[in-house]
Amino acid sequence: MVKNIIVGAHYGLKDWLAQRITAVVMAAYTVILFILLAGQERITHETWRAFMAGGFMRFLSFLFIVSLMYHAWVGVRDIWMDYVKPTGLRLALHVLTLLALVGCTGWAVSIIWRL
Amino acid sequence: MTTRTMQFKIYRYDPDRDDKPYMQDISVEVDATDRKLLDAMVKLKAKDDTLSFRRSCREGVCGSDALNINGRNGLACLTDLRDLTGTVVLRPLPGLPVIRDLIVDMTQFFKQYHSIKPYLINNDPPPETERLQTPEERDELNGVYECILCACCSTSCPSFWWNPDKFVGPAGLLQAYRFIADTRDQATSERLDNLEDPYRLFRCHTIMNCVDVCPKGLNPTRAIGKIKDMMVRRVI
Repeated sequence: MVKNIIVGAHYGLKDWLAQRITAVVMAAYTVILFILLAGQERITHETWRAFMAGGFMRFLSFLFIVSLMYHAWVGVRDIWMDYVKPTGLRLALHVLTLLALVGCTGWAVSIIWRL
Repeated sequence: MTTRTMQFKIYRYDPDRDDKPYMQDISVEVDATDRKLLDAMVKLKAKDDTLSFRRSCREGVCGSDALNINGRNGLACLTDLRDLTGTVVLRPLPGLPVIRDLIVDMTQFFKQYHSIKPYLINNDPPPETERLQTPEERDELNGVYECILCACCSTSCPSFWWNPDKFVGPAGLLQAYRFIADTRDQATSERLDNLEDPYRLFRCHTIMNCVDVCPKGLNPTRAIGKIKDMMVRRVI
């Protein structure tokens, strides 16, 4: 087995940039959500449902969920890269993380679409 | 002349004699002529000549007496004795293999330094005189060329502790920027290619331990940020 240090995957920049952009999307969503909710007189299940069912909120919520998924992927993968050294175990953890995140994203999107 | 007794707790390990490292309690008398921690360490060495540490220029230029002083990396020759009260705990730089006592094996650190090709790459025939720069172009090198490679920054960086074989580390990246920013260098693109990797550059999570400990007051985090900016400018 060759023990040379292997680097040069050439994907660092893309993920670093994506992590920052998704963070901005999530921060903006949080602020917009609070501003819009502050305009509501009373929040009941019905008003909340109607609020989230609007086209604008669906669009924003979808962006938020996808951003959260990608942001979490880069962050959790960074943890595996830092602390888990055996390649097989790390690959398994990467795949499990991805599957869990894609599953959660699909679930969250299906909830929004059902509204 | 006022003298005072300073208490030290020093990491000791001689692989030929000791099964494992231990902390040695030792004290030394210092007087007003002893200004820096290195002065006290030289006296400690006179008291116990089995104590090993590196030192050379004793004025913050050679970078050989870097160690962990009360939990913080720094140069013994630049650390003022007046700032040290109570028991002073001295340990080798963290994250590197210990050769003996306060001496660490810097092989990995210099391997990363060499990996960024720390020399000017310019394929043009050498001119009659110097390769000229404007004052503004030269200004860009201020705050990066002064690095003395003492390794205080890289060995205080958790990313370097976890991945010293793959992450270049703040010292190496500061030097990488020193050559990327040099207008006389012609290998900017290759240098950026060499660093565009999830490990080599992007293990930096901007926690700025490097800036906090640099005995020369340099800012590797800013240099790393500038490298990332250049990479973004290159792709958009």
